[in-house]
Amino acid sequence: MSKIIVVTSGKGGVGKTTTSAAFATGLALRGIPTVVIDFDVGLRNLDLVMGCERRVVYDFINIINGEGNLNQALIKDRRVDSLYILPASQTRNKDALTLKGVAKVLEALKKRFEYIICDSPAGIEHGAIMAMYFADEALIITNPEVSSVRDSDRIVGMLASKTRRAVQDMAPVKEYLLLTRYSAKRVENGDMLSVDDVTDILALPMLGIIPESESVLHASNSGTPITLDNESDAGMAYLDVVARFLGEDPPVRKKKSLFSRLIGR
Amino acid sequence: MSTLELKGNLLTLMVLHLQETNIESITEQLAEKISKAPMFFQHAPIVIDLHAVQNDDNSVDVHDVVKVVRTAGLMPIAIRGGNPQQREIALSLNLGLLTHTTPTPHSLIEELEQKEEKEEEQSIIPMSSMCKIVTHPIRSGQRVVALNSDLIVLGTVSHGAEVLAHRHIHIYGPLRGRAFAGINGDKEARIFCQQFNAELLSIAGKYRVNEEFPENLLSQSVQVYLKGNDLEIEPL
Repeated sequence: MSKIIVVTSGKGGVGKTTTSAAFATGLALRGIPTVVIDFDVGLRNLDLVMGCERRVVYDFINIINGEGNLNQALIKDRRVDSLYILPASQTRNKDALTLKGVAKVLEALKKRFEYIICDSPAGIEHGAIMAMYFADEALIITNPEVSSVRDSDRIVGMLASKTRRAVQDMAPVKEYLLLTRYSAKRVENGDMLSVDDVTDILALPMLGIIPESESVLHASNSGTPITLDNESDAGMAYLDVVARFLGEDPPVRKKKSLFSRLIGR
Repeated sequence: MSTLELKGNLLTLMVLHLQETNIESITEQLAEKISKAPMFFQHAPIVIDLHAVQNDDNSVDVHDVVKVVRTAGLMPIAIRGGNPQQREIALSLNLGLLTHTTPTPHSLIEELEQKEEKEEEQSIIPMSSMCKIVTHPIRSGQRVVALNSDLIVLGTVSHGAEVLAHRHIHIYGPLRGRAFAGINGDKEARIFCQQFNAELLSIAGKYRVNEEFPENLLSQSVQVYLKGNDLEIEPL
């Protein structure tokens, strides 16, 4: 059974697209057929982060409108075998997404892929609802700051009321929390919310904590999903997230304590 | 010792509903009905209901109707409804005026509407002794309303969430959002919570915002009630 996973947050700039790219790549690295869809119609970014922006000919909206077939729009990743990207249209807006159209495309993708990752646009409007509507599971991306946490809370409420599973009274969407751009040092200084603060407010199972890292920006700009960077601590953290998502129990990576940092480890 | 007592009493009365204004057919049909049980109708007090005909341009003359009804052996005691003219005539004939009674159904639609109203009322009555229980967390942007009952929340009420109840509100998780108890003006309603970090509290329309809450009570178990015109927040 293939699964539809929405990567969502409410707030913009917290790392939805980075996570979608890294998570999909992490799954595909294990040989699992995975596709990642950009739902951010009009502000497409996923193709940039995945480094395939120059190969986009047909897009998601073309397929919805029947202006091309799925095979023409799916872009096969050159680095990871079982990974495909379905880019958004840059020239349309979110209204081009219809429930019927999205259902049609997802139905077709389900036949080929085990995991369908939906990269949601920010906000709680039409685009975000289209991205979450058919989801079986959800990754809630949150930064350790109050506004992000509150927006995530709002999105979790919508997952429980505006999705197909909620509307049709099926088992609810399974939700996971992913804390990104986390800096232990800034938490110690009191600039950021701690993991405990965030889990206390959101009360969701924590799938992983991605440290704030310069390598993420670099990877985005160079069009490489961060999970392909073996040197990056954020990339490693994303691989752990994938492992936990698949039901494995990777050991918690040793964080440098304040003491060891003081004495220069 | 008082020589008399005045008491209200609910009585069963016969009501004559006039559906049309033609006095001949009224006379005819009334006679026909009475002929079926003349003893039953003899000297029976009766109310004449004019709702259905009061807006007709040539509405019935109350003189005529009363005459017909008396002739038939009934004792008209009052009219119900009627336009100002008809009511004036009724008074001159020493008939009472019944007002503000629910009009009886004249059409199927009215009947349905009344039935719905009744059903609504009925469904409310048992609710008043019940309460609404919410077991899931109430997230930012969500709003839960308990009509005519208490509201019990077992989980968190997040920042930006709202809980409203006609009666009391009990929250067993942290309260971080807004709580409105007694929303129909019930000044006796209270709010109870295990961990008090509300954004806003309101009882019967009186409210206080976060900035005005005593700091020593934050994150404590508290109850909130109305004392005069002020919200009292008290540790539990």
